[in-house]
Parts: sequence; structure tokens; C-alpha cells
Amino acid sequence: MELDMTKYLDVFLEESREHIRSLNSRLLELEKSPGETSGLNEIFRSAHTLKGMSSTMGFDQLADLTHHMENLLAELKEGRMVANSRVVDVLFECIDRLQIMTDNIAQGNNSTGNNTDLIKTLETIRAGHAETAALETVQPEETVEQKELTPTSSSQDMVYNDYDISVLKEALKLGYNIKYMKIGIAPNSMMKAVRAFMVFKVLEEAGEVIKSNPSAQELDEGKYDDHFELVYICQGDVETIMAKINQIAEVKLLQNYSLDPAALTVPEPTTLSAPQAEISPAEEQAAHQSKIPHLKHTVRVDIERLDNLMNLVGELVMYKGRLEQIGSIYKLGELNNTIEQINRITSDLQSVVMKVRMVPIEQVFNRFPRMIRDLAKELGKDVDFYIEGKETELDRTVIDEIGDPLLHLLRNAIDHGLESPQERMRLGKPRQSKLYLRARHEGNNVYIEVEDDGDGINPNKVRARAVKNGLLSTLEAEKLSDEEISMLIFESGFSTANVVTDISGRGVGLDVVKSKIEAMNGEIIVESRPGLGSLFKIKLPLTLAIIQAMMVTVQNETYAIPLTSVDETTMISPHDIKNIQGQEFISLRGSILPLLHLARLVELPENVGEPDDIYVVVVHKGSRQIGLVVDTLIGQQEIVIKNLGKILNGIPGIAGAIIAGDGNVCLILDIATLF
Amino acid sequence: MSLPKVNELEENQVHDEKVQVVAFHLAGAEYAVEIKYIEEINRLINITRVPRAPFYIEGVINLRGSIIPIINLHKKFNLAGQNFDERTRVIIFGIDNIKAAIIVDKVSGVMRLDVANIVEDNQFFSPINTEVIKGMIKVEDRLMIILDLEKMLDTEIN
Repeated sequence: MELDMTKYLDVFLEESREHIRSLNSRLLELEKSPGETSGLNEIFRSAHTLKGMSSTMGFDQLADLTHHMENLLAELKEGRMVANSRVVDVLFECIDRLQIMTDNIAQGNNSTGNNTDLIKTLETIRAGHAETAALETVQPEETVEQKELTPTSSSQDMVYNDYDISVLKEALKLGYNIKYMKIGIAPNSMMKAVRAFMVFKVLEEAGEVIKSNPSAQELDEGKYDDHFELVYICQGDVETIMAKINQIAEVKLLQNYSLDPAALTVPEPTTLSAPQAEISPAEEQAAHQSKIPHLKHTVRVDIERLDNLMNLVGELVMYKGRLEQIGSIYKLGELNNTIEQINRITSDLQSVVMKVRMVPIEQVFNRFPRMIRDLAKELGKDVDFYIEGKETELDRTVIDEIGDPLLHLLRNAIDHGLESPQERMRLGKPRQSKLYLRARHEGNNVYIEVEDDGDGINPNKVRARAVKNGLLSTLEAEKLSDEEISMLIFESGFSTANVVTDISGRGVGLDVVKSKIEAMNGEIIVESRPGLGSLFKIKLPLTLAIIQAMMVTVQNETYAIPLTSVDETTMISPHDIKNIQGQEFISLRGSILPLLHLARLVELPENVGEPDDIYVVVVHKGSRQIGLVVDTLIGQQEIVIKNLGKILNGIPGIAGAIIAGDGNVCLILDIATLF
Repeated sequence: MSLPKVNELEENQVHDEKVQVVAFHLAGAEYAVEIKYIEEINRLINITRVPRAPFYIEGVINLRGSIIPIINLHKKFNLAGQNFDERTRVIIFGIDNIKAAIIVDKVSGVMRLDVANIVEDNQFFSPINTEVIKGMIKVEDRLMIILDLEKMLDTEIN
């Protein structure tokens, strides 16, 4: 029988990634304050768990590398070595290698490469140190901690029934050995289910497990504390099997004796129920708490299921709308009361589902400290990186999209914004530069800021560059305020770095950031104080799944315009429209707006004869304002965005669809690509 | 060339293979699509036009919360104009989580066809879109055009 590990692979990968992440962040902390050993314990534990997990899964190279890391970490932990930059660098290198290896495993490539180079370095560091600190005996062996199991005091005694006893008696007659075994698992084991599986596998090579406590199914799901009991029958050599069990990592045979079925008794029903009845609720609670100390109960849920749930809630909201319509027609008091209740419940349900989909932005932020450390080192800059508000929650639709733009802004800040330490000294600034990444909620929006105390944006440099790149004429450039000039860095084909580096700046940078953020219905602005630093401010909606929209109609079609694109709505009369060279314009409080007819944009035949009152929705595309002529304004509404699907994706002007209260589909306009 | 080629052997093996299809009418002619892709057949419900979509996309419908694009084969195959009446049906099909639907004049039924009898020659169909036609089959006195739904989705996506 093949030991089927595939069903544990996902768990393994996910947990490994978590440990690698934690290793990365702890090591960064350690690097900042090498004397602080509290983080070291965490690092050690993560490395240790990784080792255990990977050897269980048979990824020996991973296990080997972590084993050697652990040896070095043990030296640090015991205070026999100091985490100098060489040690930290090597450890970082190891973490990178672990990352690569787990990625390989995830892609189904089990040959995880050769790590002898790193292992050698790890050993030389350790050995080199051992020579200088000759007297200490090195005791890096992990097995002490690993195999040292908390002795379990009280065992939940196995309960036998008539059937069990008769089976065992039969087995004895046939000459089988009957063994009772109590098997302990390291209490911090991450893979209890796997361990139990392996124990059973070993046992069933030579005999049969008759009974277990907890049941085999619960064991298979890892539902047990630090030990389990079983009754085992076999004919062969029991000792070798025992030895094999003790060889399994994190597993130890605690008790093992022969069982005499004749001595077993079926417990009286009264003795069965009596002890249960004696347990007071308080005790029970205490027992429960001691089992799961300070752990929040969480479940990992497939994103698809959440989307499904979201869809269903959307449907419910839609039919609630239908119900309301019916209620208003028939005017039944009782019905309307019930509808009100349903109304309340559905809106609660909707907000709960929305909350379930929220994830802390930590997920995105956590990968930055390491990247910034490496980048700063590479570019010879000394950067102190601060993260604030990483617990800020956002819908996962936004989380998925925000990583790249932020990465770009941070790289930009280090590469272009921050000066080298020498330059800073010359300017009379502190040698170490500061870089902040902040997130916070404000109303229905999330603000993310990237701030540095570097050189800022030099407006004159930007002016010159804009003129040189043909974005502006010299005259135009002079007319614009410094603020407006700063915004030019978001235009495509713009880069102020004098030297193009491979880190940032090939002229495809901030414009991509901006368009990505606008695609998320967000905004980005930059504030800069030349010589003192710059601040990039991103405003994002909490979710991309639900937005506020202005509902409008043209002829008999209804469209939704995202409110983030709408500046205002207004009503004009036909003679407000000026026609200049075939293009219609209106003047709105002093500014001249081009006028476009939505009917024409959505390929409808134009109305014959303009009505007396013309409704105009003023929308903006970037900094450009435009008046959109519609037939009627229905009003503002919260809408749940639906994807048009692969077949109709990417139609210019259409951002998606919604399902209206009457069950019909309405389209959402995408102002950025509509005209 | 005394030995038959491998692929000829394979072709011989599939000779008595059957395929289950849904047969329907479009502008007087009979068509069939493989049943394994079909999710459901519905009466016509409200279709929302999608501006700027390809000309043969009739629009989208709401199928229990999912948005499904509707392909009008009359338009795609350049057939006579279509009148929607009470026999008009929407055949919803899906392959790998991508769903779409076609509108047909009427559904004539479900039947099993011998794969061997399908003539995989579409050179006669010059006026209409040949790439989504799998072949033709004669069942008693009925002549049916068999459409390849998988190819149809592929061409829509690309």
C-alpha cells in the first residue's frame, strides 16, 4: 500500500508557508535588535515544526536544511553565539531556499534541489564559532524536545462491549497476541492526523487494530489530544512493531501490555452514565478550555463557497425587493410586518457575509518588510520601515489587487525617494531614512499611505521632464501649480530617475499604479514637500463586490453608473447646449463641459425631438469632466456587482452587471472606457 | 502499405459508439448538440441587450443569480430572421464553469446517434460558420447538422 500523503499536501503547504512567513518577520525583528532572544524561541519553534512536517511528508531535503538551521539557531538561543549580520544573512538565504522548495513542491516538483552549499555555510559558521568558544559542549540535538512527551496522567479508559470481548476471545483461541497500547503524540504536533495514520499503517502491516479510542475516524481527522489507545492483535514479533512505532517522529509508545479478554468486563450502564452526570457544567467548561487554550475557533473556507454564499444572499435581497413590491400593492398589514422583519434579517445577513469575506491587510503587508530590507541593502540605503494598521480589514477582492501597486510605490520610494546615508548626512538629515506604510478605515473607505522622508518630488525637475518627454509645452508647464505638476508623475511615459534601474523606473510605473487603483474604483494622490519627503495616499472602497451607483435610463434600458465616477447630476434645457464644430457643450458654473448622449454610446437610435428638460449626469474620467445625457434618473442605489463572464469580458464601457429588483439584468457602465 | 495505420484502427474501434444529442430547429433546418454539455433548457426570459458586444450576442439573462450570455445562432449563421414565440427555447450549456446559451426556434427532442454515421465534412457550409460544425447525420429521412459546443465556446472566448 502506498502511503497516500496527497490529501495532507495542501495542509502541509499552507502551514509551511505560514511558518516561512513567520520566520521571515521574526528574523527581521532579530536583525533589528540582536540582543532580544524572545523572538528566537519563535524562530526556533517554526524551524523545528517545519522540520518535523517535512520529514513526515518525506521531503528530506527540506527537513535536512531546516535541521541544520535549527542547529545554528540552537546556538543562538543558548546564547553561545550572537546574531551578527553574517548569521542573519545566511538564515535569510535559507528561508528563501525553503520558500523555493515549498513552491516547487506545490508545483508537483518533488526534487527540491541541492542545498549542500547552504548547509556547508551553516556548519562552517557554527563550527567556526565552536572553535572560539571551545569549552561549551554543543548540544543542538532536537530530539530531546521532540520526543519528550508530557506524560499523560489519567487515561480515558477504553470501554469494551460484548462484541469486542467475543472478538478478542476468538483471536486468543486462534493464537493471536492481544495488546493494549497507549500511544502519545507530541502535544504541539501540527499533523496529528498524519501521525495517527502512520501508526495505523505500521500496525496494520503485521496485524489488525480491533478497537481504538477515539474512533479510527476521529483519529483520521486528528481529533484527539496528546494520546490515543488501541487494542491490537497480531501473530508475529510484537517488539519490532513497537520499535517501528517509536521511530515515527513525534510519536511515542506510552503503555503496552497484553490483554486478557477474560478479564474484561462490560461496564454496567449505570457506571457509564453516572460519571458523566457528576461532571458539573463548570468543570466541563474548564476541561474544554484547557484543551484549547486561547485559540480562536476558525475555519478555512474555500473562496468559491463564500462567493456562492454572496450570490445567494444577492438573490435573497432581490426577492425581498419583489416581496416589498407585492406588499405595497396588496397593502396587507400582516404581510408588511413580516416583510419588515425579512428586510432586517436580509440586511444583517448581507453585512455578515460581507464581514466574512473581509481579510486583514496584514496578508499583503507582511511580505514587504523582507523585500524592503533586501532592496535597501542592494541599493546601499539605510531604511527603517514602519507598518501601521495592518489589522485593517478589506474585502478579499481588494486584497487580491492591491499588492502589486503597493509594491511598486514602496520600491519607488526606496529607489527614487530616499537618499543614500552619505547624501543624507550631507543634507543634515538623520542617517537612517524612514519609510511608513499605513492603513486605516474611514467611513466606507480604506486609506493606504506610503510615506518617506526622502528627497520628495522636485516640481522643477518634473516640469523639465514633462516638457522633455513631450507631455507639456514649456508654457503649459509653467502655468501649472506645483501640486498639479506632482500629479504628472502618474502620466504614462514618465520617470524622473536619471538612471534607469531594474528595480523601478522604465517609464512604466506610476501610471500603471494609478490605472490599477482607478480600476478598483479608488483614487491616488501624492503630496510632496521637496527635500522633506513625499506621501502617496490611496483611497479604496472597502469592497469591490458592492458599490454605490447612480441608476439611469435611456429609452427602455436601465444602466448603473458607479458613484465614484459621478460628480453631480443636473437638468438643462435644449438652449443651454452650444454646438461647436459638431460637438455639443454646456457651461456648468463657469466650466465648459462636452456633452455626450448615452443613447449613442450604447448604440441605441437617438430620440427624435429633444425634450424640454434634459437630464445630465456629470462624470469624470481622470481629470476630464463630461456631461452624459440620459432620459431619466432613477436614483442612487447600492448594487452587487456581477461579472459578465469570460465570453463578454472586456467590452469597452461595460464594467459588469447587476440583477435588479425585478430579476432583470442591468449593465454597469465603465466611464473610464465608455468614451 | 499493408498494415493499417494506428489511427485507422482506432477509428474502427469506435464504430458502434453512440452519442446522445438534443435536436432543435433553426430557420427550418434541424440541428443537434451533444447532451453532455447541456445544463438546462428554458423558455425565453427577459434578455438584456449588451451594447458593443459581437452582433450575434443577443444579450444576457439572469439564471438564478448568474449572468449568462445568449448567442443568437440565426445571426451568427446568417440565417433568416427569428421570431420569438412560445416555442422558442434557450439551451443553456456549460463547459469548465463557463456558461452560455443559444436561442433556438424549437426543441424537437433527445435522441441517440451512431457516431459512425456522422459525416465529418463541413465543406458544404460555406455561408455559415463552419468552424463550429462537427458534421452532418442522416436519421431516417431527417438531415441534421451537428454543432460542436466546445468549439463554439472556445471561439467566443478567444
